[in-house]
Amino acid sequence: MSLTEKDKAAVKAIWSKISKSGDAIGAEALGRMLTVYPQTKTYFSHWSDLSPNSTPVKNHGKTVMGGVALAVAKIDDITNGLTALSEQHAFQLRVDPANFKILSHCILVVIASMFPKDFTPEAHVSLDKFFCCVSLALAEKYR
Amino acid sequence: MVKWSDKERTVIAGIFSGLDYEDVGAKALSRCLIVYPWTQRYFGSFGNLSNAAAIMGNPNIAAHGAKVLHGLDRALKNMDNIKETYTELSILHSETLHVDPDNFKLLGDCLTIVVAAKMGQAFTADTQLAFQKFLAVVVSALGKQYC
Repeated sequence: MSLTEKDKAAVKAIWSKISKSGDAIGAEALGRMLTVYPQTKTYFSHWSDLSPNSTPVKNHGKTVMGGVALAVAKIDDITNGLTALSEQHAFQLRVDPANFKILSHCILVVIASMFPKDFTPEAHVSLDKFFCCVSLALAEKYR
Repeated sequence: MVKWSDKERTVIAGIFSGLDYEDVGAKALSRCLIVYPWTQRYFGSFGNLSNAAAIMGNPNIAAHGAKVLHGLDRALKNMDNIKETYTELSILHSETLHVDPDNFKLLGDCLTIVVAAKMGQAFTADTQLAFQKFLAVVVSALGKQYC
């Protein structure tokens, strides 16, 4: 399910509207993930505070959205664009790739709640495909 | 048996009490058919599904979306007995409709998104947690009679 030119245009269009709120989206999505899918907390046992809106959660949400911004910038070749991040997740972080889908879902829910008018079904399908591609790219170096 | 806290019951009842079933049902089902187009396989007799606009304007889809949401009402009214409540519906989806049970989760995700869009900030993480737990129980019950 690779991205068509129409998908890429849709992703860039909605990204231009939401990117200013990137930090807030990231913090909210990550906080939500830790609450709704408590098994994901296992990856953050080294944080002092796992509550939504805590400093580590906010900072990490910002980091995650930086990765999303990179994927948007490299949308014509996400796999190669995210090589370094894939190596990091594969060899250092060793996050089970099933969790990429979980975080993607939480990001989409946050976008829907913050930008209901922009998150049309057409924007949704393109963004969903985009996050699938990002998740695949992140898992590329795993084995 | 699934255990529900008082808080979960209140949150879930609160979500449904604020919903326009016709509107939300139609939006959730249309979104599912657009975002996961393979789900259209079950709606061959519903008329024009050729593009997003056609799907969103299709009255058969809208009516069916509302029907699905009213079906969720059954779980809402029988929260301590969802598995038994959905026995017949599960058999129907398996033996008559032949719906792949993975699709229930896809529709559930679209419903979550539509509710989030409607409730905005009020759709907090705790609200999402309770709602997704409810949907997971419903999805599991609907898949129970497949064999």
